[in-house]
Amino acid sequence: MAAEHAATGFRRLSEQVGRKFVSGVEDFGYGAALLGESLFWIFFGYWFRQRVRLQAVFAEMMSIGVQAIPVLAVLAFANGAMMAMQGIYTLREFGAESQIISGIATSVTREFGVLIAGIVVAGRSGSAIAARIGTMQMAQEIDALRVMGIAPVRYLVAPVLVAMLVMMPVLTLLADGMALLGGGMLSVMELHISMETYFDRVLASLVPGDIWQGLLKSLVFAVLIALVATSNGFNASGGAEGLGRATTRSVVLCIGAIVVADMIFTFFLIQ
Amino acid sequence: MQTQAQTQTDMQPVIEVEELVTYYGRQKILDRVSLNVEDGEIMVIMGGSGSGKSTLLRYMLGLHHPDSGCIRLFGKDTSTLGGREWTELRKKIGVSFQGGALFNSMTVGENVCMPLREHTRLDENTIRIMSRMKLEVVNMAGYEHLMPAQLSGGMIKRAALARALVMDPKLLFFDEPSAGLDPVVAADLDKLILRIRDAMQVAIVVVTHELESAFKIADRITVLDRGNILMTGSVDEIRNSDNQRIRNLLTRTSEDVPVDAEQYLQRLTEGAD
Repeated sequence: MAAEHAATGFRRLSEQVGRKFVSGVEDFGYGAALLGESLFWIFFGYWFRQRVRLQAVFAEMMSIGVQAIPVLAVLAFANGAMMAMQGIYTLREFGAESQIISGIATSVTREFGVLIAGIVVAGRSGSAIAARIGTMQMAQEIDALRVMGIAPVRYLVAPVLVAMLVMMPVLTLLADGMALLGGGMLSVMELHISMETYFDRVLASLVPGDIWQGLLKSLVFAVLIALVATSNGFNASGGAEGLGRATTRSVVLCIGAIVVADMIFTFFLIQ
Repeated sequence: MQTQAQTQTDMQPVIEVEELVTYYGRQKILDRVSLNVEDGEIMVIMGGSGSGKSTLLRYMLGLHHPDSGCIRLFGKDTSTLGGREWTELRKKIGVSFQGGALFNSMTVGENVCMPLREHTRLDENTIRIMSRMKLEVVNMAGYEHLMPAQLSGGMIKRAALARALVMDPKLLFFDEPSAGLDPVVAADLDKLILRIRDAMQVAIVVVTHELESAFKIADRITVLDRGNILMTGSVDEIRNSDNQRIRNLLTRTSEDVPVDAEQYLQRLTEGAD
């Protein structure tokens, strides 16, 4: 009897795992299809009289990028300062606290700048985009677009994708700069060096590859956030509650996706 | 030019639905539905909730692909159309959705301008004048700066109608024009629909469950029930029909669903271990 229970329990569990897996593969396929269709409209839309409007791209760039600058600047600055604090404190035991500068320089440019930018954009735009498209889906606005002969992906996804691809590297560079500045402020105070010396040492310990690594990741993050946010919006259903669920899911998946992608990338790039 | 277009469309119906069968999951929604809509007529598709009338509309709009059967718009089989042909076809079709489906992030004016902006290369002034003309038609002149959220239910429907008309369609779909409106506003909208047909020579398909409105505007009525077409005919033919189910619909008689004891038990115990 107990064995039978355990058997049905196991069957249910494996069934659930299977279902989750299938829906995960489905989501992935949906995202890939969105990417394909967006790229199609971006490159070939002109011939199909379905141009991706620059105006829409600029509007997205404003909301995704420009409006994210203040909060990103503060977060990156604080993060750089914290790294300096922790690093100096830890390295002081070895009498090697001045080594912290090259540590900050490489970890910020390779890792933290882009990660902070990614998380800020995922938090701000990942939710906003999913909510906007979800609302449109429920109010039949997506249907309205389609029956007007306007491809929803061209109109709603492609501009987001382009704007993300442009703004993420810019935001990453900004975050790099602010984090380095934050680390610099702390180093100036704690290590009693001038800001000039600090930046000299930062530049001396950086190679172009460090910056490129961050920028390359930022492009990957851009695609991930754009696709996760828009696909969650399109798949939203079930009224206000469903919209809330889709928005939350979008942010959580965006951040999850970029952190996992970051880890995989770092693993291969560091080889 | 005009006459040539006239003779061409005279030859064939604007919409031909042939033996359309659709499923939602495993449940059959429409069962071998066939329907023609002629040029310049108002066809009202009538039926209660769950009759499949909204589903039929969505298939005619090309939002879903039929499981079997065929839908021809302007003589073209929609299942064989490529993306560009669909786009061309859709420029000739206007749709006013049940909730209006105005883009909430844009003003009324921008909503009405949108099809022109996307599909034509007209300059800004022309676009503005054309959209204002359509807003005049639906008595919404002067409201173009308002956001959809600031409009009343009737105004939303009229604004949606203006947007549907802005490309001068040859075919207009109207989903539940009077749903959620008070009788006076609904009557105004009915009058507006009749005026548009006369002024623009456009075939209009109206999906509704409102009897009064259907009888007032229809040239022909199709009655849908549980995924089947009960009858298609003129207003008088429907009114005088002796089909029991149509009579029930007209007289608002509730129906007793016959209970099959065995099926009932099976439904209750289904899925239990």
